[in-house]
Amino acid sequence: MTKRIGEVILSFTNISLSFGGVNALTRIGFDVKEHEIRAIIGPNGAGKSSMLNVINGVYHPQQGEIVFRGKARRGMNTYESAKSGIARTFQNIALFKGMSVLDNIMTGRNLKMRSNFLLDALYWGPAQREEIAHRKKAEEIIDFLEIQHIRKTPVGRLPYGLQKRVELGRALAAEPAILLLDEPMAGMNVEEKQDMCRFILDVNDQLGTTIVLIEHDMGVVMDISDRVVVLDYGKKIADGTPDEVRANQDVIDAYLGVAH
Amino acid sequence: MSVANAAPEVAGLDTFPRLLLHHGRTQGARPATREKDLGIWQTWNWSQVANEVRALACGLAELGFRRGDNLAVIGDNRPRLYWAMAAAQCLGGVAVPLYQDAVAAEMAFVLQDAEIGFAIVEDQEQVDKMLEIKSQCPALGHILYDDPRGLRHYTQAGLQSLEEVMAMGRSHDHNQPEFIDGEISRGEPGDIAVMLYTSGTTGKPKGVCQTHSSFITAAKSGCEFDRLGPADSILSYLPMAWVGDHLFSYAQAMVAGFTINCPESGDTVMTDLREIGPTYYFAPPRVFENLLTTVMIRMEDAGRIKRRMFDYFMAVARRCGAEVLDGRPGVAAIDRFLYAAGDLLVYGPLRNVLGMSRIRVAYTAGAAIGPDLFRFYRSIGVNLKQLYGSTETCAAVCLQPDGEIKFDSVGKPAPGVEVRIAENGEVLVKGKMLLKEYYKRPADTAEAIDAEGYFHTGDAGFFDEDGHLKIIDRAKDVGKTAGGAMFAPNYIENKLKFFSFIKEAVAFGHGREMVCAFINIDMGAVGNWAERRSISYSGYTDLAQKKPVYELIRECIEKANAELAQDPMLCPSQVHRFLILHKELDPDDDELTRTRKVRRAFVAEKYAVLIEALYSDNDSQFIETQVKFEDGRSGMVSADLAIMDARVFPAQAQRKAA
Repeated sequence: MTKRIGEVILSFTNISLSFGGVNALTRIGFDVKEHEIRAIIGPNGAGKSSMLNVINGVYHPQQGEIVFRGKARRGMNTYESAKSGIARTFQNIALFKGMSVLDNIMTGRNLKMRSNFLLDALYWGPAQREEIAHRKKAEEIIDFLEIQHIRKTPVGRLPYGLQKRVELGRALAAEPAILLLDEPMAGMNVEEKQDMCRFILDVNDQLGTTIVLIEHDMGVVMDISDRVVVLDYGKKIADGTPDEVRANQDVIDAYLGVAH
Repeated sequence: MSVANAAPEVAGLDTFPRLLLHHGRTQGARPATREKDLGIWQTWNWSQVANEVRALACGLAELGFRRGDNLAVIGDNRPRLYWAMAAAQCLGGVAVPLYQDAVAAEMAFVLQDAEIGFAIVEDQEQVDKMLEIKSQCPALGHILYDDPRGLRHYTQAGLQSLEEVMAMGRSHDHNQPEFIDGEISRGEPGDIAVMLYTSGTTGKPKGVCQTHSSFITAAKSGCEFDRLGPADSILSYLPMAWVGDHLFSYAQAMVAGFTINCPESGDTVMTDLREIGPTYYFAPPRVFENLLTTVMIRMEDAGRIKRRMFDYFMAVARRCGAEVLDGRPGVAAIDRFLYAAGDLLVYGPLRNVLGMSRIRVAYTAGAAIGPDLFRFYRSIGVNLKQLYGSTETCAAVCLQPDGEIKFDSVGKPAPGVEVRIAENGEVLVKGKMLLKEYYKRPADTAEAIDAEGYFHTGDAGFFDEDGHLKIIDRAKDVGKTAGGAMFAPNYIENKLKFFSFIKEAVAFGHGREMVCAFINIDMGAVGNWAERRSISYSGYTDLAQKKPVYELIRECIEKANAELAQDPMLCPSQVHRFLILHKELDPDDDELTRTRKVRRAFVAEKYAVLIEALYSDNDSQFIETQVKFEDGRSGMVSADLAIMDARVFPAQAQRKAA
């Protein structure tokens, strides 16, 4: 299988983020190319989630430059980042528990909706047409993720693995250019992990979505990512293909510990 | 509905492609096929289906599919896969549906055996299997898939999407429209239409060749029997390779011109069933049982008022529901009134939840169905019936007529079917719906069909006094008691196993004076029962030997005996003495097969001392047995087993319908 990995779509130089005296990220620099699966790994507290939060505008780094699609990005908030085509899932599932799977996925279409409140309330004319178009898109995602049987089930009643899948569905509903996944496989059993891997690969392959993911499960990361960046104590210690990273002495030390 | 719904009789409709074209012309605007896709039911009418099939057939012809070729069809129930079967038949080819959940290695056997050159498959999963075994099946040159998802990067030769093939076919059909009509007119009713492989529980699977004529005959008699017509609709959710689905979703749909509905996925069948509300339904007993369990569990969680209402009206339904459904006289006016009220408050809503509101006819077959289960559905107004047949007989040997329902018979021979019981009790069948042959196995064919044209089913059975066929066992298991009466162990065991307290039973009686049985109690059900009566026990062996448990099982056996006594043929098979085994029969100890069937000979040998005790006057017997634990260690279990007599009943000609 030949993958068409494109140009750099997102790059970071010298990113530093600190909370008071704690340096969460120190002079981090790496890039993400179009259509690739880019993993960020590292031990607990390495700054992985902070990095993801920097990407989608939750945190604003004190130093450094982010270039997204050739444009320097400064002080972008989460709304603007979502609008520019970055969607994400969360480490702890953040779905609307009382709403059905379908409704949850429809919320992911929110940014694409144009009609005004009044027309929507009346479900009339353009609002109706728009709703139908969005519903079609949501149904395509349901089909894609094979969750037809739980379409009308409230999310809170679903097992954990399925909730994770629904969350992925909601992120996909925004038709993102870059999808950020924060530990998509945490707390899953082997079968659920395999399913999730397959969906991530399918999303990347068929929708061409660029994926940045954080994951603890090394097996998964090495299997599905194109390039891996390794953080430890807020610093970048390695960057490269899974094989390169696996052979890197600093990475081995960070994961297995080192005798001082 | 019945009069307007009758399928019109037109001459010359003797092959499936001709039937399809006929429906396309005469009822072109009526729905033929529905499929739920992206959450919405998509409908194709008969004229669209006829066009799609033409396109597919022309495309196949363009790729080199010729008269007499076999086309493998593999996947879940998808409209295009049904159309593919029709397309193959248009060209004089044979459709060979395979079980979609089989692993690649199992498919390889069939593909080799049937010399498959073309396979039409559903999706990536099946394509992967085909590619995996391609090297073993050199003839397999073309793999056509319906759903392109995940297949973008596949570049193997011979792999094509159905979409492309149909586009090719459309332009072919446009350029030479007479081609496909010519091919269809060359088809003969005696041509083989479909080849269904037997499950192969006994040896390698065999390809059963069925002609257009046999399946059309079988479908026609079924449609007339239950007055099926264009207004009916069915949910097609059972494996396409299974004869039942082929009969209901393909042959009968083509003959009667009714609508088939393909569910969205295997997991959504229950929702889809409810949305479609079919008028005609088929399910194996297992499905009906699961449905009932779901209902019961949900009722446990319901509020107190609802639960009391449910219990009260279910009691009414048990009392008179089946009679009301059959329109039998003799139901008291008050019961009729209560039943009508129950229909409004309980049965109607319940049928709605189950997706059975519109069902006129529902069938079950394939395994013995428990009387309570069967009565439950009939009593809430679902016209559930049983039928009997096999792959070799187009699943159309016997059907239960409306109003003559018994839970332990499979009904009367279908119109045009001749059924005879052989000397040894084996059921012999003759009619137009018989198989033409086993594919490339003349010896097997000669063995199955005798010189007079009777097919030997391998099942043992007999006709009761109403002319209903009762299937009792596999013919090879049936023996004779010392008194010369027929002894069918499976039938007796099934009867016992219908009691929730009895998990497993083994009956003995071949060459003996009387029938005796080993019993395994159901640990869950009996344990629960014992707890409610404050009977303490330490484990299976202890519980099994409790006096009250023996009494409980004796009651069950006596009930079964009373039922057996009603039938003069089975009266001598009543269980005289029994014991409860000290351990559960287990596949790990080789006592059961992996599919939980008793290994009769092995059990008889292992427990010979217990059998001797059953036929002696002793009322207890000591036994020590080796058992394997789940971790692989083995140990000894020993117990002093009590043996108890059960009351037997004199033969009686009393009749009681289900």
